[in-house]
Amino acid sequence: MRSWIRACERGDVMLFGWFVCLAAGALAVWAVHRGARGGSAGPWRRGLAHLASDRPAMAALFILAMLAALAILAPVVAPYLPNAQPDVVSGNNQPPSLDHLFGTDFASRDVFSRVLFGGRISLAVAALAVLLSTCLGTAYGAVAGFHGGRLDGVMMRVLDAALSIPRILLVMAVVAVARSITVPTLVLLLGVTGWFGTSRMVRAQVLSLREQDLTTAARALGARDREILWRHLLPNVASTVIVAATLSLGNVIILEAALSYLGIGIRPPTPSWGNIIQDGSSQLASAWWMALFPGLAIVITVLAINTLGDALRDALDPRTVDGT
Amino acid sequence: MSAARPPGGPLLSVRALTKRFAPRRALFGAGGGGVLAVDDVSLEIAAGETLGLVGESGSGKTTLGRCILRLMEPDSGSVTFDGTEVLALAAEPLRALRREMQLVFQDPFASLDPRMTVGAIVREGITIHRLAEGAAAEARVARLLDEVGLSKEAATRYPHEFSGGQRQRIGIARALAVEPRFLICDEPVSSLDVSVQAQVINLLRDLQRARGLAYLFIAHDLSVVEHIAHRVAVMHRGRIVETGSSTELFAAPKAAYTKELLAAAPRPIA
Amino acid sequence: MTSPLLDVSELRTSFRTVGGSARAVDGISFTIAPEETVGLVGESGCGKSVTALSILRLIRPPGAIEPGSRITFESRDLLALPEAEMRAVRGARIAMVFQEPMTSLNPVLTVGAQVAEVVRVHAGASKAEAWRRAVETLAAVGFPDPAARALDHPHQLSGGLRQRVMIAMALVMRPALLIADEPTTALDVTTQAQILERLAALQAAMAMSVLLITHDLGIVAERAQRVIVMYAGQIVEEAPVRELFAAPHHPYTKALVAAVPRLGVRRERLETIPGQVPSADAWPTGCRFRERCPRAFDRCAVEPPLYRIGSGHRSRCHLDAPGGAA
Repeated sequence: MRSWIRACERGDVMLFGWFVCLAAGALAVWAVHRGARGGSAGPWRRGLAHLASDRPAMAALFILAMLAALAILAPVVAPYLPNAQPDVVSGNNQPPSLDHLFGTDFASRDVFSRVLFGGRISLAVAALAVLLSTCLGTAYGAVAGFHGGRLDGVMMRVLDAALSIPRILLVMAVVAVARSITVPTLVLLLGVTGWFGTSRMVRAQVLSLREQDLTTAARALGARDREILWRHLLPNVASTVIVAATLSLGNVIILEAALSYLGIGIRPPTPSWGNIIQDGSSQLASAWWMALFPGLAIVITVLAINTLGDALRDALDPRTVDGT
Repeated sequence: MSAARPPGGPLLSVRALTKRFAPRRALFGAGGGGVLAVDDVSLEIAAGETLGLVGESGSGKTTLGRCILRLMEPDSGSVTFDGTEVLALAAEPLRALRREMQLVFQDPFASLDPRMTVGAIVREGITIHRLAEGAAAEARVARLLDEVGLSKEAATRYPHEFSGGQRQRIGIARALAVEPRFLICDEPVSSLDVSVQAQVINLLRDLQRARGLAYLFIAHDLSVVEHIAHRVAVMHRGRIVETGSSTELFAAPKAAYTKELLAAAPRPIA
Repeated sequence: MTSPLLDVSELRTSFRTVGGSARAVDGISFTIAPEETVGLVGESGCGKSVTALSILRLIRPPGAIEPGSRITFESRDLLALPEAEMRAVRGARIAMVFQEPMTSLNPVLTVGAQVAEVVRVHAGASKAEAWRRAVETLAAVGFPDPAARALDHPHQLSGGLRQRVMIAMALVMRPALLIADEPTTALDVTTQAQILERLAALQAAMAMSVLLITHDLGIVAERAQRVIVMYAGQIVEEAPVRELFAAPHHPYTKALVAAVPRLGVRRERLETIPGQVPSADAWPTGCRFRERCPRAFDRCAVEPPLYRIGSGHRSRCHLDAPGGAA
């Protein structure tokens, strides 16, 4: 056991790190149950209760929370440094073993550690990009939906134009022009190309909310536009936005992986699930472990995200929330 | 702020109000012509008085109510509240005037934000107009809930936990929070059960007596209107076809449409 | 004494809820004779709509009709019928009209097609024959210019017209029993009067029975021959219509009648019933109206049976127990 401790000076710290990650998963699930048990009958609490009763969703949440913790604690929990090449001559292309859980690649780097560090990059890029695109999309859609009329018309035409360009081509075009792609640039790029769908959805919902009595009531009380937007419209739009954001997280992970695979996303030697697959793709038949494990990582992550997202949609569905 | 009301003059005066809905711009020819929802309507309501407005769906009653409160912009005419011309006000003075005129909705569920607690809903008007803050605001909310017959514990609960009649009371409490002098009740009991209707109608009458409120009571149920209104106006296709005191109008209707409405109303056997 | 068209006996329908189960209909029994109009009156939560759905076996999980219930129609036990035969009954022998015509009609089909579909499904008629019958029935319900307007879609019609379409769909197969669940609540008073008038004429012409479910006492007074009052899942009073309004026995019926404002009768305050309707997941023990009843006394802790008072008049109140309310 001691023999595979390399990255971390102390094996017990690494084990402790793993324990913390498992605990993070458990903590997330516990938090949902705790939130669901509160006394009030508010719509959020009932949504949590619904979520808590959905077993697959709770399993997905456990996995995702653990993955997030692994991503954060990668330097502590990874057995090797991701770019360490201890023995290029005889240590490369080793199949999975106790020393190297996922085997080694052509440069004798430990695939398991690379996958862990790659996850760090992939998850961080996806989370930040989705955060950016959600904020942009919500703001744009809310403004368009709330004001309606000509402003809405103009804003939507701009949106239609933007939507007509396939996202991946847009990203590739920008990358081709730019000299290098740093992680922040990639986040910005993915975020800025991803808000269109959200804004359409938010606009539609804001438009319909605007016609409802609850908005008329607020206006009759003398509420200003921004008060109505902030106090009534946004909270009611929030649940749709959360679901959409969760589901788009999966899409962005796949998109980033695709870009990195093509060589125009994260460039080696920085590991990202996509470029690890690229490295292993030429030796698929002989050294299958190099491409399989990062691929599995993507599949499990996206599956968990989609499961959780679907469950969130059911839990936050206005119909279950309103108790009707 | 407002011109002094001529003593003895009405609290609310509507003159020649007209609202036309723009024709739908149809893509393949034949778009409908604009609908004249409110056609040259004039009426008056004195302080502390209830004017009933009856008519069928599509007659323009709701549109008239919204135009009076300027939640919709009428095309022409005037609305004078306590001497002030409502349609000529700028945004800020209009907002201040909104305190005086409030609205109670037909569907108590649709008009209450399901994500806010009852306390927050009732407090909204107080917050908007800065009438009170913090504990003083909470105290006001508690008093209002009590006044409409709800317990003060209701403030921490959510609208869906209440029955239709109770939600309607919440709506009334919200309207009263800003201390209006005039309330437009737009079919406030139509979606409620019979015994609950009676509770809400009694409540509205009690509140009128206690606070000296004037009501424009819009309904399609003639017996309810006869019970609560001092005077009644009958609306048909955007026009007022008859106005009169409640007892006279129902006992001896003059307009043909009024007679038709009365004839169609189902009556329990005495 | 002819056998009844519909005989409901000890019907109990319950729904599984998060907390346990809620018995929305708790042991009701009544009959409907051929060519009779029976009004079923009650407020929200009393179980009247669930009763109608139970008769048609339209209750889906988490709801279920409990064993021990019996529904006999035209001498057949409806609850024992296989689903295929029940489907032949629904729409052809027993038809139902719902409250909200806009959500009950298919927005993408023409109204004529929807009526014709009923004929095709039940009578296996050809498209042409079904359409002919559809137009004929639309005319019978007072649908204006039926041949042309049968090609309209629901959204092009007013509420009154849509409801007429619903009624045409219900009547096209000439059922023996029509269940109308709040058929005119969403309509204006003049339209309501016209539709009810038309329905009465058709009923006489087709020798049909009607179960009229409503919370509007005025409609019941004008159209029904017999009235059943429901409260908290039970029948609390049943009587011929004149008798029910002239001399109601059960305190709930009395309170209901007193709560309705009446044209020409000016009152200072409307009578109200204090408290609220109990909820189906926690029916009170004893008489369910006890908490709200002005005349409750100690015997009310025991649930009253339906006492018989006079011919055709029953009341679930100990005050009506034979021999006095001792």
